[in-house]
Amino acid sequence: MKVLIAVKRVVDYDVKVRVKSDGSGVDIANVKQSMNPFDEIAVEEAVRLKEKGQASEVIAVSCGVAQRQETLRTAMAIGADRAILVETDVELQPLAVVKRLKALVDKEQPGLVILGKQAIGDDANQTGQMLAALADLPQATFASKVEVSGDKAQVTREIDGGLETVSLSLPAVVITDLRLNEPRYVTLPNIMKAKKKPLDTVKPEDLGVDVAPRLKTLKVADPPKRGAGIKMPDVATLVDKLRSEAKVI
Amino acid sequence: MTVLVIAEHDNAAIKGTTLNTVTAAAQCGGEVHVLVAGHQAQAAAEAAAKIAGVSKVILADGEALAHGLAENLAAQVLALASSYILFSATASGKNIAPRVAAKLDVAQISEIIKVDSPDSFERPIYAGNAIATVQSLDEKKLITVRTTGFDAAAATSGSAAVATIAPAADSGKSRFVSSEIAKNERPDLTAAKIVVSGGRALGSAEKFNEVINLLADKLGAAIGASRAAVDAGYAPNDLQVGQTGKIVAPQLYIACGISGAIQHLAGMKDAKVIVAINKDPEAPIFRVADYGLEADLFEAIPDLVKQLG
Repeated sequence: MKVLIAVKRVVDYDVKVRVKSDGSGVDIANVKQSMNPFDEIAVEEAVRLKEKGQASEVIAVSCGVAQRQETLRTAMAIGADRAILVETDVELQPLAVVKRLKALVDKEQPGLVILGKQAIGDDANQTGQMLAALADLPQATFASKVEVSGDKAQVTREIDGGLETVSLSLPAVVITDLRLNEPRYVTLPNIMKAKKKPLDTVKPEDLGVDVAPRLKTLKVADPPKRGAGIKMPDVATLVDKLRSEAKVI
Repeated sequence: MTVLVIAEHDNAAIKGTTLNTVTAAAQCGGEVHVLVAGHQAQAAAEAAAKIAGVSKVILADGEALAHGLAENLAAQVLALASSYILFSATASGKNIAPRVAAKLDVAQISEIIKVDSPDSFERPIYAGNAIATVQSLDEKKLITVRTTGFDAAAATSGSAAVATIAPAADSGKSRFVSSEIAKNERPDLTAAKIVVSGGRALGSAEKFNEVINLLADKLGAAIGASRAAVDAGYAPNDLQVGQTGKIVAPQLYIACGISGAIQHLAGMKDAKVIVAINKDPEAPIFRVADYGLEADLFEAIPDLVKQLG
């Protein structure tokens, strides 16, 4: 069984982005970028399936600018066997990415596709589910445990209020939550090894899909500022302020 | 023109988040219809009919819809034509909405916090560090609603008619196996008026339960946690407040031993009043707190409980 994973390059989680003064977006020039943390979890899960002998090959894919090669190399340093970059300089919206991923799913015929639940930039949380719908596959979002046996995957999902377990017929799409696993640190020998693994680059035109943006960003602004309040000298003053000033208790 | 809201419910009652989504729907313009898709969900449909501003409730009742499986639910929604389709941005809404969007070939507009015009919406990006105003170029709009951005519609003043439609068939590709829903008497985290949240400084699951429960019990509050506390196993996953967890906007948010990483602030900075209790005077949480208390929480919280009377 092949496992396909999709990875995205995003502004590092530790960076606080700034809104551009002309309101056209956030300034990501010269800002540290890394693999989306949820995608790292997806790669780790796929590699573990291979280590358990349940996956035959792990293929990492990404859609975007040439720099994403770095992200794909990281995926291969974690343990993916090969990578495919759908290279484009055009800003890609989720639906456009999904159509490209769908073309790759059709071509590679994976038994399992694993994606992160959201990119920590647009925070849209939709790519995996959209891919499942277009490829007509069952899905399990917010996965915290994945067990593959035969032609089924049993997935435990984090839902509001607790956990839910579903059984999916393979092929299927699994969308990871935070606590599915703890991704390993990549070691230098594995980084070196990853450099020799195959990385194919395809143009979006080759996949026969081309999608115009459906959402236009009119402006990007700073959120309302919340100023620091006052420090309380003691608990009694705090209780008094909550009662008489804030009137919330 | 109709605006369709997908109700979240447990077959017996409507969940509170649906009320906020109905408000967002009314702001899009047009007639608000509510879909209740479930199994033996007549009571939930009747409850939906009482929501103010709803002109019609559509009930789809069938076994395939019993557990809210995304494949079946999406098929049910697709069977209805509507100019706008709105889901609450909850675990359930986020599970289903993108499937519908993809099948309709429209872009999903995720987690809106404001309706600016019938085709433009505001939504937070980068953990709420920026607000994007986006215009949808699609004919149909598929939207998930961050419920903290909208007031709840009145739950009891409406009187809509309930129409029944044929339930979707089972996709046969996924099957519900089991669920473990934690039972407690506390208010729901995303709807609570007061939230008491604990961080890594609690030090252990026992201390977390002891200290945070004490204050939450006193205030009748819901309990939240920082990612650090959840990662350390002090609190269950679904209590995580932040960018990738729950988004809350209570009247009062009390952060206990939480340093205040930007990802956490993303989940709670819309609270009306924020109180931070932390030993570290430099903790970033103090930069957003209305009232800060620089103190050891193991002393301050019992004292606070005592003084609350």
